[in-house]
Amino acid sequence: MAGTALLGRLAWQFGTLADIVQETPRVASLYFDIPEWQGHLAGQHVDVRLTADDGYVAERSYSIASPPEDRRVALTVERLEDGEVSPYLVGELRLGDKLELRGPIGGYFVWRAGEDRPLFLIGGGSGVVPLMAMLRHRERMKSKAPTRLLYSSRTLADIIYRQELDGLASAVDGVAVYHTLTREKPEGWTSFTRRVDEAMMQEVAWPKEQMPAVYICGPTTFVEAAASLLVSMGYPPLSIKTERFGATGGSA
Amino acid sequence: MNSEDQHLTQLAAGIDEMRLDGNAIGGLLREIFAVEMTLAVGTCANCGAVNEVGRVHVYVHAPGTVVRCPACEAVLMRVVRGRGRYWVDMSGVRCLELAEEA
Repeated sequence: MAGTALLGRLAWQFGTLADIVQETPRVASLYFDIPEWQGHLAGQHVDVRLTADDGYVAERSYSIASPPEDRRVALTVERLEDGEVSPYLVGELRLGDKLELRGPIGGYFVWRAGEDRPLFLIGGGSGVVPLMAMLRHRERMKSKAPTRLLYSSRTLADIIYRQELDGLASAVDGVAVYHTLTREKPEGWTSFTRRVDEAMMQEVAWPKEQMPAVYICGPTTFVEAAASLLVSMGYPPLSIKTERFGATGGSA
Repeated sequence: MNSEDQHLTQLAAGIDEMRLDGNAIGGLLREIFAVEMTLAVGTCANCGAVNEVGRVHVYVHAPGTVVRCPACEAVLMRVVRGRGRYWVDMSGVRCLELAEEA
């Protein structure tokens, strides 16, 4: 039975790296061909497992960036210099290499294009990745859900998917993208340059009377600050879904 | 516990930057329960708060995995994996509800 799935259990399987897109100096999107892939939903993740020659195993979770409609599964990974897994994925892994992974995982932090409530996505740093899967899914399915993304990055150069987000905001009906930069104020920059605060939420968030579905993802401190703000402004806690990445280098 | 009390509890506890949530243990729970568990709903044995597994607080930096109630921070569940076995302490969960086809 080695190599076959236990009934109902999630099997580890191998994906082959088919394409690499460098998104920022520290972040790359890795596109995998996974023969046994069962499909996924926007917002889900995979677990990745690295096994060293001496048997030491390191496991990490990475959000899926590609929409369910794509054949290849894309993971967008931020290279953390003191990390065990990400420096291997971004920098060592070559086209044609195999990576052990399992998924898709998660049912809670998921958005389906059939939902037409206004959508408010809030991402900090690489927390934008599962939100990007939702935006891509929305575009492919021609969803009409009015959508806003508030995306916090450290500097202009750290913005992941910048061109694609610009394109979505200008070419796709009903999508608006708001950037904020927390550690830089580039010349000519007209958007926000501060941490997410109540005034920013007032300006960007759908009014609570419109009962938006809210998804917040990023480093834990970012996620908890953004969620607490919205709750203090009267948004129902149950309308806010969060996914915490832990302390991932404070990339927001 | 109302939301203001919850908020005060969180302030008192401080925001822990290592804290994760139930999404992070979707894979681990799938190993144990063999179904997607982040949409399952658990009732805290301490305070009675009802939350989807995706919302609970998770700490993975202990020797095992510790799951806490997002309302009162009581321990809901502990999971230790080793030597080819799992140890699952669920004494903090009064009731776990999940769909037949998860």
